[in-house]
Order: sequence, then C-alpha cells, then structure tokens
Amino acid sequence: MKKNFDPQKNYEASKEKVGYVSRKEATQDTYDKLGFMSGLEVHQQLKTAKKLFCHCPAGVFNKNDVFDAEVIRHMRPTLSELGEYDRTALMEFKTKKTIVYRLKNATTCTYEVDDTPPFPIDREALNIAIEISLLSKLNIVGEVHITRKQYLDGSIPTGFQRTAIIGVEGVIPLRHKNIRLIQLSIEEDSCREISDIGHVRTYKTDRLGMPLIETVTYPEMMNPDEVKEACQYIRFLNRSTGKVRTGMGAGREDVNVSCKGGTRLERKGVAHTRLIPELTHNECFRQWALLQIRENLNNHINAGEWKIEHKTLNFFDYGFTYAPIAEAKDKSDAGGSKYKIVAVNLPGFKGILSHFTQPGQCFANEIADRLKVIACIEKPNMLTSEDLAACESPEVFEKLIKVFNANPDSDAQIIFWAPKDDVSTAIDVIEERCKMAFEGVPPETRKYLLDGTTIFERVLPGADRMYPDTDSAPIPLDDEDLKRIGKDLPEEVFNRTAQMLKWNIPEDTYTYIHKNNLYPLLATIITDLKYDSKYMGCFFGHRLKYTEGHYTCPQTFDPNRIYDMFAYLNKQKLDKGIADKMLPFLFEHPQMDFESILTSLRFKKATKAEIESSVSFFKNKYKAIGRDTTAKAETDWIMGELKNMALGNISMAELSNIIKSSK
Amino acid sequence: MANDLFQGYKGRALEVLQKYNTRVWGQAEIETTRGKFNGTVLPRACNDDDRHIVIKIPTGYNIGIDIDTITDMKEVGFHKANYKIPEKEFPVTPGLPHVKLIGTGGTIASRLDYRTGAVIPAFSPGELYGAVPELADICNLETEKIFAVFSENMGPTQYVALAKAIGKEIERGVDGIVIGHGTDTMHHTGAALTFMVQNPPVPIVLVGSQRSSDRPSSDAALNLMHAMTAAGHGDIAEVMVCMFGPTSDEYGLLHKGTRVRKMHSSYRSTFRTIGDTPLAMVTRKGVTPIKEKYNPRRKDRNVKIMPYFSDKVAMLYYYTGMKPDILDAMVDAGYKGIIIVGTGLGHVNKELYPAIERAHAKGVHMFMTLQTIWGYVQMFVYDTGRDMMAKGIIPCGNMLPEVAYIKLGWVLGQTDDPEEVKRMMLTPINDEITEREPYNGYIVLQGGVPEVDEFLQKVHK
Repeated sequence: MKKNFDPQKNYEASKEKVGYVSRKEATQDTYDKLGFMSGLEVHQQLKTAKKLFCHCPAGVFNKNDVFDAEVIRHMRPTLSELGEYDRTALMEFKTKKTIVYRLKNATTCTYEVDDTPPFPIDREALNIAIEISLLSKLNIVGEVHITRKQYLDGSIPTGFQRTAIIGVEGVIPLRHKNIRLIQLSIEEDSCREISDIGHVRTYKTDRLGMPLIETVTYPEMMNPDEVKEACQYIRFLNRSTGKVRTGMGAGREDVNVSCKGGTRLERKGVAHTRLIPELTHNECFRQWALLQIRENLNNHINAGEWKIEHKTLNFFDYGFTYAPIAEAKDKSDAGGSKYKIVAVNLPGFKGILSHFTQPGQCFANEIADRLKVIACIEKPNMLTSEDLAACESPEVFEKLIKVFNANPDSDAQIIFWAPKDDVSTAIDVIEERCKMAFEGVPPETRKYLLDGTTIFERVLPGADRMYPDTDSAPIPLDDEDLKRIGKDLPEEVFNRTAQMLKWNIPEDTYTYIHKNNLYPLLATIITDLKYDSKYMGCFFGHRLKYTEGHYTCPQTFDPNRIYDMFAYLNKQKLDKGIADKMLPFLFEHPQMDFESILTSLRFKKATKAEIESSVSFFKNKYKAIGRDTTAKAETDWIMGELKNMALGNISMAELSNIIKSSK
Repeated sequence: MANDLFQGYKGRALEVLQKYNTRVWGQAEIETTRGKFNGTVLPRACNDDDRHIVIKIPTGYNIGIDIDTITDMKEVGFHKANYKIPEKEFPVTPGLPHVKLIGTGGTIASRLDYRTGAVIPAFSPGELYGAVPELADICNLETEKIFAVFSENMGPTQYVALAKAIGKEIERGVDGIVIGHGTDTMHHTGAALTFMVQNPPVPIVLVGSQRSSDRPSSDAALNLMHAMTAAGHGDIAEVMVCMFGPTSDEYGLLHKGTRVRKMHSSYRSTFRTIGDTPLAMVTRKGVTPIKEKYNPRRKDRNVKIMPYFSDKVAMLYYYTGMKPDILDAMVDAGYKGIIIVGTGLGHVNKELYPAIERAHAKGVHMFMTLQTIWGYVQMFVYDTGRDMMAKGIIPCGNMLPEVAYIKLGWVLGQTDDPEEVKRMMLTPINDEITEREPYNGYIVLQGGVPEVDEFLQKVHK
C-alpha cells in the first residue's frame, strides 16, 4: 500500500496535467486547444399588463412567507409526442419530490395551479415577440403552435411549460463576426423556488405564467468574451423595443458550453452577464478534466465489467468522529428517520476522486452533488478516501479496504449516510455517475455559483420532452400582421452603435446607453435641440449613470425628463453647463419644475456684460490680495470666485476667455 | 391510401403536399418567402384550416407554415413516430385482491389523437402498468374495455351494458370493480348503476381524471391508485365515485353514486357529495370511512341486476318567462316522464299551468327537483307549490335533478302505473332521498371572509 498517497498533491498534479490556467492567463490559443464552443439561450420577460395564458397581473411579486393558500402536487413522467420518455423526466421521477406551491390570490388564479385550462394567448405579448423576432432577422412561422415542454422539477404546476416558436434561423452581428440564431420562442415563466430540502421543494407562483421570450443562438462563440458580447447584444436588442421588463430576474441566460470531445452542457439562469466569461471558462476546463479522467479510467479498466460494491456499516464499529456522521447516528438511534451509513468500494478509482475538475473541486464533488439532487440527501452527505481535507482518520478507510478485500493501490472508497429509504437510490446514483466517467462528460444542466464554478442541477433535457398543447388552437400569422408590426421597428442596435461612433461619443458609454435603451432619447436631443453629440453621450453614459448610482429617485426615473430639461435650457437660452448641477436635483425630485430647481441651486440670471464687469472688480481685488502674480494664478482665482455666477449663463470656456481678455 | 399518406390534410394544403411529393412523417426542407424551414411534417387536426402545413422542427417544437408563402419543398427523409405507452405485463402477486377494471373511455389513460388534435383513451393492463407501476402493489388487475366513448356520449345503452358486465364479474368472484369513466357524466352513471346493480357484495368504484394522463401533473395515476385501493381493500360495497378530495395530491373521497355531482368544469376536486358527507376518505394506505353506516363487503354473490331504462324521459330546466309550448312540445314528442328543475323550493311560473294540466291528463309523470342543488323541495310553503301538486307534479325531496332523471328512466323501464311510479321514485334505494340533511352537508365557503381565508391558509382545499 502506498502509505503516502496525498489527495491534495494528486489534485494539484491533475490540475497541471489538465493544463488549467486562470482566465486572465488564457488566450485564444488556450480556447482553441480545448475546442471551446458556446451557445446561448437568452430569456427576457416582456412588459405586458397580464400573464401569457390567464388574466392575472404580470410583475406583481410576493415575499416568501406571504401567501393565502398552499397546494401540493407530484410530477410523473409522460410520453412525448414521438412516444419517448425524456431522460430528465425519469430522473426527476426518481427523486420523488413533494412539491408545495404557495399562492397569493392577487397574483394567482386557478389557471396557474392547473385547475383551469388556458385562456387564449395574450396578444400584446405575442406582438412584442414578433417585433423582436423581426429585429433578430428570424424567419417568422406561418402559424404559431403552442407546445408543452415538460418540466418535472415542479417549477410549473402543470408539469410542462406552454411555449411556441415565433421564428427560426436568424442572425445577430457582433463586432468581428455574425452569430446565427436557431430560434426564438414565447413562453410562460416558471415559479420561483423558496426552498428545496430533503424530499420537499417549495415554490411561489407570483412569477409563474408571465410572458417571456427565449432567443437561442447556435454554438458559434469561440471564447468567453464572445459569449458575453453576444449575450449583451441580444439583451440590448430586446431592450431597444422599450417593451421588455428590466431589473433583477427580468433577463436570464442559459449558457451552453462544450469542449472538443465533450457534450453540450447547459448552465441555468445566469442573471449577470458579467459572470458569463468566468463561468464558461471554468466549465470548458471542467469538461476537459472529465475527458482526462475518461482516458485514465479506460487505460486500465474494462468499463463493461466495472461495478461497485457496497456494505451497510454499523455506526459503532468504526469510531466515527466526523460530526455529521455522529448526527446521523443520533437520528438512527432516535428511530425517527432511520439513518443508515453505507460504504462503497470503487475499483480502480484511486486518484480519480481527488482529480481536478474545477477550481477548488474534484471528481468526488460531482458525486456529492448528484446525491443531493437525485437522492435528496442534504450535504455534507459523503466522505471519501481522497478528501482534500481529511475528515475521518485514515484507519477508518484502512479498515474498509480490509472489509471489501479491496486493492489498496488502485481502489477508492466512499462513505455516505442517508435516511433508509434513500439508500438504494443513492447507491444507484454513485454507480451511475462513476460509469458515466468512462464515457466522459454527462449531459447536464448545471447551476452557477458566484465563485465562477458550477454544480449539478439536473440531467439535460432533450427534444423528447415536447408535446403539442391540446388545449390551444394554432394562431395564424398573416403577412398583414407582420407588415403592421414591422412598420415601427426601432433602429438596430448595430446601427445605433455605428452612429454613436460617428458622433464621437466615447465607447465606454455604450453599454449604459444600450442597457437602458437611451439611444432614441439621445438621438432626439442631438437632432431636435442641436446639442453637441459627444457632450450628450457623456451626459447620459457618465453623468446619468453616476447620478443613478449615488442618488435615490422616489419612483422609476423617467429619462424623458432629461429631454424636457434640455428643451427648457434651450428655450431660456441658458448654458448647458448647469445641467450637470440640475440632474441630481431632477433625479431626486422628478416632479419639480425646472425653474424651482434653478431657484434651489440659487441660480441668478446674469448677462455677459454683468459678468464682465464683475471680472474687472475681481481683477482689482486680486491685485490687492494676490501673492502669486502669474496670469494663470489670477485667472484660476477669478474663475473660482465667478464660477457659480457664470454657470448656466455662459460656458466656463467663455468665462476663462473673458478673464484673459479683460484688462 | 391517399388519406394515410396525408393524414388530416385537405383542400389546398393537401394539394401543396401532393405537388411537392411530401408525406406526413416526411422530413421536409421548405423554401418560403419568409425564409427556409426544416422539419418533419406532422398530421393535421381535421378541424384546422387548409392554409397551413405543420412541421416539427429539430428542437422538438411544432410550427405551421403558410402554404401561400411556400416556393419549394423537398422530402429528404421519412420517420414515422410510434406513440405507444410502454407495455409491461402486469405482475400477479399472490395474496393481493383481484380487481377488475372496466374501461368505458375517458381520460384515465390516453394518448394523442392527430385527427382531432385532442387526446384519446388508451387502455390495457400492460399500458396501465407501464404508466402507473404502483398499481401492482395494490391489487392483481384484469381489464376489459367494453366500449370507448367520451363521457358525454355515455347513455342508457351503456348503463345497461355496464350493469350486465358488472353482474357477470361479481358472479365470477372478483374482489372489487373499478370503472374508468369520463368525468362529465360520471355522476349520471353512478346513479344508474346504483339502481341497476342492487345489493352488490363488493365495491363498485367509478374513477376518472380531470387532467388527462398525458400531463405530468395529472390526477389520473393517484385517482387510479385510490380507486384500486377502495375496490380491492375497502369494506364499502356500494356504487361509488372516487376522485380527488382537495386539489392537492393528498387524499381521495368516496362519494355515493346517488349523492355526488360534478361542481367545477376543470378543478381536480370537482366532485362533491351534495346534502350529506362523503362515504369515506381514501389514500394509498386504505379507506377511512366518514359515514358510520354503509353496506359492508360480503362473501356471497347475491347481487340483483335490474338493467331497465326507458328513453322517454326528459328534463326541463325552468327559466323565468318560460312559455308553455316547450312543455307541450315535449308531451307531443311522446315523452312519458319529465323531471322539472324548478326555482327556490320547487316552482315554475303560472303561465305553465295549462300545459302542466295537459301533460298530466295525457299520463305524463312529472317530478319536481331544484336548481338550488342543495335542499329539499317544499311545495307547501307557497300557494303556487300547492297548485302544482294539485296539477300532478310530485316533489322529489332532496333528490338531485340528474339522479331523478336517471331514476325516472329506470322506473319507467319497469312500469307506467302512476302509483307504482310514484312509490318507486320516492322509495330510496341508496340515499337518493335522505331523511335529514346534516349541518355539514352544505358547505360552500366564501373566500375573502377573514375566517375562511385563515382556514384556506392552513388547510389544502
């Protein structure tokens, strides 16, 4: 027996072998070697008054513990239209979850809890989806067919999401390339999860049924930054209509990542675009590491013959000291949930359990995650003979090797503890995940964590979970409909960007302007009121952004007030310089009229002549008190004294000229 | 044959498919003025228009293509889907009760029907076991489909056939009978079987689902498990309806076939016992009686099958301003029995009196039931009530209107002697008229009232 197998060292060595580098160190070469490929599914809530298939209000939200009633359901897999069971469906069925829905009467009717069939689709939502499809250059369908997409995690009480394709095969332009779109669909949003503990998962139904669109790209992004750029373009495109919701959770992305030889993996609900690069980077390396593991295993084990062994242990025979095991033992004694402790021997897995997968995580985490999700065993749920930080004494595992008559040089062991009823599922889960290691990368949906790593969420669903919605009739989309909707399309984001470049507006303002769909307003001020484009771009991209971050608006700030402000300054023939001072005021008191704002700022109207006369007064004064006799010092001092008087009346450049030219 | 190749397509859409030699289930590449589309051509529901072709695109979604936009189409492959619930042989477990499942149609198990775009019933022990394997832990199951009709198409012919089939099964010695049934008229069948199958020694349980079994959240599987438990293990040997108690997946209720009614078009917990409490609660663990008195399971096989029904019976739902010619027309059409569904305590307007007198003179049997659903007919309180009784209308106590209709049909199938008809109608066979309405027999809570909302927060409705 190799006495000094060090899991930590093994982890580091495998990390090096995988070739992991941080994102900062990575180059296009790094990603080309891995065969990085990524696609996006961008979800965007639409700004409608009502939900998609019923008449409940959209966008009204409840706190977790505020509810009027609870409904309990269980989900059961059913056949798809093509007569297949979906693999996710079968996994979810294995988990045997009880789903609890918390309802609030104000936001939920009998449709959401699946006790009333759908009402006709919300036309407002459908029209917005068509508008965005046209902007995305998609081929619009002739007839919209509502389809049911199975979700057995309970996030939708019917067990399926009603969804429909609006267009296929579109394209969006990025800076250096075009990305093709597979499709755009309209769908109802799902419930928000409150908790998921053991066999009970609780949801609230306020968000359920709100209209949402999903834009799906081909996997054509070749590095993490391209993924982010594509994501932003789609979000900006959606927002350019002014008809979509903004704010927390209104836009979410699922990111698909694969590497050479890997499988497509989907990352669920990334709410922040800025997290995308780090996530895709780590995910690609995780897959690369799993392929490395596959190679290691297949080199010395025949996958077809491989199987695990397991034994139920007696809590008292091993002198366990690890606190969670002791707790499980207590529960077992109490007889309540009847915990069992089970050891599993994995032949040939030495060095695999502690193999690098993600920063700070190894292959053992892949198993532990699945134990939590599929077998419903709360973490910590297992120990291994290769834990990076050992929790039990080595003697425990030495004893296990004897019990299993295992090979100390090549085998690895897992100990897990679980309620009696979950043990057999748990053993299946461990065996299943280990067998998948011989295949490489299992198709999964993974949840992102803020540190840039991911954990298992569910098996990746396929096309087998689709079923026509027999409760809804198809909706024809005539050329007339498309013409009418296509008439008022906003200018494309790509063209907007080009125009801002032409206007000499600095690039660091674009994200803020697109994100808040300020371009139409910006363009109007520039063309109608003839304000300098660069100045206006900065006013929005810097001034407004700063103000938003540092001041509080009592309601949602209506940026059209900014147009009103400049129109006012224009009409009053005031210098635009005072707008910087006015903005925070306006932001905090959006109802206040501009005259009152100026009064609050102690603004007094002054003619150029009045200012000029003040200049000569201060010149004389400086002569009396000034120590530094250089012209610059004199100008600076006078500028300081007269700034407030001049602001809004003349520009600072003009003031400086007056000072310089005055005797 | 042509129909087989182009399932459901007609008119111009069919012409387009034929023109481009593309079949249903063919993989098509379609060029249109709106761009290119790829996918498998699907059958079309026969009631949809002839202007669109439906395809399933590679991501699994269905879309329709406007035929007027099509400029070219090519079939590049062919793959027919085989929609079939996986069949597994239903295992036989010694010691478990033998339950017979009789299929009549309905959504207890169903599959997609492309003709209508709706779901049609599917049914065999193997299919059921494939869909609900838990059933094998409850009983040994045999099934027989005696007809496949939707609930609304169930009628006297089916009641008679069902009653006879049940008689045969009881004689054969089964431990319980479950009848899969569409929910719309389940309470009609419940009443009919109560009258036609008298003194049964085993439970006879009607079951259905409010959400078809092609939906993951369907109530079908749980209802079926509850029904099998009630039929195989329960002690109540009556004709019962077994459906969800609350809308939550918690427990089922067993209702008497004569006192139950469907009270919501789509809720899971739509069946309610009216004017009384249900017979029992049922979970997968067993049956918990609510009513103390019921007909218990027996070892003998002394059932009495009385499969009679006259179809010369009708119902008249009274509305204000009703003209007497309606009633005249029914009499002239040859109806021999009429159940009037009156307002309040059992009233119709004075304008109808001559028509009522005429009907009575022609020997038509008329009985009064209530639109209020709950409560007793009481025709002594007002003069109008007394007038009507004098003109030959007989009050039916708290018999539900649908039950009264079924019962009158059953009675007139046996006799038309007025005194005998009246006696049989007013002599309850199984609580279709009860002597008393318990205080908790009428509970329709009103949301918004503070104590009710407090209750709903704690209890799953």
